Amino acid sequence: MSDPVILFFILGVIAGLSRSDLKIPGVLYESLSIFLLLAIGLKGGVALAQNNPGELVAPIVVVTLTAMVVPILAFLIASYGGRYGRADAGALAAHYGSVSVVTFAVASSYLTRLSVPFEGFMSVFLVILEIPGLLIGVALARWSAGNTRWAALMHEIVTGKSIVLLVGGLIIGYVSGEAGLSSITPVFFTLFKGLLAIFLLEMGLVTAGRIADLKKSGAFLITFGVVMPLISASIGIVTASLIDLSVGGATLLATLFASASYIAAPAAIRMAVPEANPSLSIGASLGITFPFNITIGIPLYYAASQWLLGASI
Amino acid sequence: MTSRLSVRKLITVICESCLEETITTAAKEIGASGYTVSDARGSGAHGLRDGSWPENANIRIEILCDEVIATRILDLILDTYYSHYTLVTFVTDVGVLRPEKFQHRAPSHER
Repeated sequence: MSDPVILFFILGVIAGLSRSDLKIPGVLYESLSIFLLLAIGLKGGVALAQNNPGELVAPIVVVTLTAMVVPILAFLIASYGGRYGRADAGALAAHYGSVSVVTFAVASSYLTRLSVPFEGFMSVFLVILEIPGLLIGVALARWSAGNTRWAALMHEIVTGKSIVLLVGGLIIGYVSGEAGLSSITPVFFTLFKGLLAIFLLEMGLVTAGRIADLKKSGAFLITFGVVMPLISASIGIVTASLIDLSVGGATLLATLFASASYIAAPAAIRMAVPEANPSLSIGASLGITFPFNITIGIPLYYAASQWLLGASI
Repeated sequence: MTSRLSVRKLITVICESCLEETITTAAKEIGASGYTVSDARGSGAHGLRDGSWPENANIRIEILCDEVIATRILDLILDTYYSHYTLVTFVTDVGVLRPEKFQHRAPSHER
């Protein structure tokens, strides 16, 4: 675990737990997240330009369908296992059904460090998987409640900064191609890992701040935060084998399935399902699943992908 | 100097940042002529809200208006948000210059 970006995360957690006066200003957090989203989008766009986008249609359909299993399973586990009400179980389902961009970034940095190749178009899946999980979670939470403003919710999700920047980056990358982007490559690609490290320092601070929430929410939520990503990652690896991804691609898809949103989902759920307790779902996704995924999960998903897809480096 | 001041109501709402758009839109619809929003941090019944994570920060919405509008805005906030959201609302009498700016007018859709 010598990846420096993970060490930055741990530094943030330690600083937060020891009540250091270290604070990453909110504007820097916003700026860095804009940077990360654009950079990931651009990378995906460049990769897309080297492939035939038409070949991606079938994999996208398969991935979207299997990804829909994740929020439904999360809802059932939270309802029956955790005895949460419809609103809280639906909120958890939405968070776990959606994806985390930073977890994806850490996973691709992990693979790059090990020189494991992966399909460049994986960030297309990142964009696609943001939305259905969220919608299913809200639908499950509001099943009988009726008055959900679906149009407003769709507007909020689709025009949210993560979709706008990821899709925007994809398009700009696709249209410009690798040669066209060369003038901005130093900012978006060369600086990527360093800025990711600063972002993870902040994520460590934020995670440390969630630990108080977890103490209140008990053993089920902590177990859920570890078991749920393992289940979803397994679905992800099986899906990857269905669509013939490489070991690297399977690792990334497993990571996407396993990751829980903590940017798009909390904002959307707070408005669509206000009766859900936000500290449960944010506590689980940010306090447990995010640190679990970036420290233990990603290497595990890589090992499992190698085992299942029968390849070796 | 003070004779030029008229009394109006200043509503201050300290709430989760996700409520900014819905509350300000509703206030305008009710007839408030404007509002001011600023970032806020502090501590209260829901623990420390230090604003370090923008996705989960607090804001302060200030609305200057007359008593008729103030009552309507407070009713709306009480009915709509108090059950599920974290917020603190208070109203103070303030002296304003140019009071006609903060006068009740018919909401835009009634005009």
